Amino acid sequence: MPVKQQDKAMPNEQPFIDVRHAQKQFGELEVLKDISLQVQKGQIVAIIGPSGSGKSTLLRAINDLDPLTSGEVWLEDKQVNKKLPHRQYEKHINKVRQDIGMVFQHFNLFPHLTVRQNITLAPKMLKDIPDAEANKLAEEQLARVGLSDRIDFYPSQLSGGQKQRVAIARALAMKPKVMLFDEATSALDPELVEEVNLAMKALAAEHMTMLIVTHEMGFAESVCDRVLFMDEGVVVEEGPPGVIFKNPKSDRTRNFLRKHLGG
Amino acid sequence: MDFDLILRVYPFFLKAALVTIELAVLSISLGLACGALGAYARLSRTAVLRFIGATYVSVIRGTPALIQLFILYFGGPQVGIQLDAFSAGVIGLGINIGAYMTETMRGAIISVDKGQMEASRTLGMSRWQTMRKVILPQAARLMIRPLGVNINAQIKGTALVAAISVVELTYTAQRYIGSTYKPFEMFFLAGIIYMVIIYGAGVGVSWLDRRARIN
Amino acid sequence: MAPEWVFPGSTGGRGSIERFQYKHGGAEMGLDFSVVPEYFDQLLLGSFWTIAVMLVSAVISFFGGIILAVIALYAPAIIRYPFRAFSFVFMGTPLLLQLFLIYFGLIQIGIDLPAFVAGVIGLGLHFAVYNSDIIQAGILAVDKGQYEGARTLGLSKGQTIRKIIVPQAVRTVTPPIGNNMVALLKDSALVSVIGVTELTLSSQLAISNTFRPFEFYVAAAACYYVINLGLEFGLRRIELRIQAAR
Repeated sequence: MPVKQQDKAMPNEQPFIDVRHAQKQFGELEVLKDISLQVQKGQIVAIIGPSGSGKSTLLRAINDLDPLTSGEVWLEDKQVNKKLPHRQYEKHINKVRQDIGMVFQHFNLFPHLTVRQNITLAPKMLKDIPDAEANKLAEEQLARVGLSDRIDFYPSQLSGGQKQRVAIARALAMKPKVMLFDEATSALDPELVEEVNLAMKALAAEHMTMLIVTHEMGFAESVCDRVLFMDEGVVVEEGPPGVIFKNPKSDRTRNFLRKHLGG
Repeated sequence: MDFDLILRVYPFFLKAALVTIELAVLSISLGLACGALGAYARLSRTAVLRFIGATYVSVIRGTPALIQLFILYFGGPQVGIQLDAFSAGVIGLGINIGAYMTETMRGAIISVDKGQMEASRTLGMSRWQTMRKVILPQAARLMIRPLGVNINAQIKGTALVAAISVVELTYTAQRYIGSTYKPFEMFFLAGIIYMVIIYGAGVGVSWLDRRARIN
Repeated sequence: MAPEWVFPGSTGGRGSIERFQYKHGGAEMGLDFSVVPEYFDQLLLGSFWTIAVMLVSAVISFFGGIILAVIALYAPAIIRYPFRAFSFVFMGTPLLLQLFLIYFGLIQIGIDLPAFVAGVIGLGLHFAVYNSDIIQAGILAVDKGQYEGARTLGLSKGQTIRKIIVPQAVRTVTPPIGNNMVALLKDSALVSVIGVTELTLSSQLAISNTFRPFEFYVAAAACYYVINLGLEFGLRRIELRIQAAR
């Protein structure tokens, strides 16, 4: 279904992220049904919907973590899920993933490494950055999320909100072009959610391209340029937050929002 | 209980204990190497390697260690492998315990949270880089205790080489039972020494385990 | 030339390990598996005795394990501690050593048992100790609340254990005990050293005629492997039965 873009003051016509006819099959179940989506550079897109709607699957298809059954994913001028023989595919996808940052619901920090090491591991290993520079990089990213004083702590010594912020810093250290958030605050105690939201808002203010799968309607409304409502593998409706949240066109959207609003 | 006898013969038992310890250390080292190789094979992307690994584990774990020793020591010459009893013991026991260690190591690697692999891959690291820096360090910590169980079993397993006439602890005990007709005393002596060795190994493993957890 | 082989049950009297160790005098060079079929029935009989040893030992180790576990958990301290010490010793020493102790030890105190009997007692005892460990853990793993709930209803200690705790423990305990049964099968090869003509010793007798250790030990290994497969199959079915009985 062709989708209307929101131009974000970018004269560039080529979409930054281009998902073409994404389809994902899990055995009998069709989780994604022919979804096409285009995101411009600097846009902040929220993806909402009930569990099982396919929103996480769609997000994870963008960096090919859950490969699509059919369809293409493009980042700028490169096809992310290019079909290549195994060795070449590995090289290709590892390179592409450096440009796509991802933050997980359960943080997935490396427990055996300090915060500093968590953040510097990939840059040192993949970009051959010398130690001193890597440390500086780690300090910068941590400052961005407000956790400079925890740099030599272990993940087990941090609260949930802190862990997630470290996860964000870790992803940012690779200087990605786009950030994907897979229900970043869903596993957090309510009082810890705000600090993560703040970090994400700061990123948004810096014009990072972001795709955010979330249950937090309030957050989506205040931060995002576009909202996609997904249900049963299709994008039911999409538009600016003002429209979607205040005046949705579809009944399904209306029903979903009625059940969920309060937050 | 004839303590006089025990006091008279214990030096021989201690000498034999050294052989037992040697056997244990060497075969456990070999076992760890085989275990690592086996785990690598079983977790490989190549189907052939996976098959070889699974076959190795299945055959070795499905047949008695004693038979494996006999095949190697008595049957070896037929296919050109001439080993002295001690070497045959080390190699046979090592290959044997390696199959069990393969499963221990594989289990530990698999039990590392799936999210770890996902996060690393998302950052752009390759499968092997992830293994080296993220999965294996965590798996190593998880393996120490179960490997300790394997090691414990292996120390007792060295007794099998008595059947191919290696003069270790059990062989010595049996020798003296035969000549002194005092099985309880000889069992007592050998038993205590085994338990001390096992206890010592256990302490070592616990220490390693604690050190690994400090991080 | 039909080899003479010893009926399991002969004692062989006292002696050092060499007396029972099969003397492998020189081997032929190269491999020739065609000699094996001649000795099929001998290997088959050996397998039969291996299975017999295994089954009898398994029964002993199973019930022995239960008895030892109950003693270790519920008996008064005077009895508990010696049994715990005994278990500790049996878990800390090699099976082969224990077999020697039982076989020759019994002779020393005047009981001259056939090798088969000594063998199954040794195996049974050894694995009874390991099983008891597992059973104790299984019983302790049953939630304390279960015990309390039963007692408050008026059930006695014994009734609670029998009707409430044990059935639940059985479910936890079945897989590890199954593993011990597999180990038992493989360790049964050790009783060949004290003269039981099970599979290992039978192959040695065949080797004494043909001087082909490789072929026959491999054949024996194959037999063990097959028996093992059967055992694992049986165990899995038992496990399924137990899991299903909810």
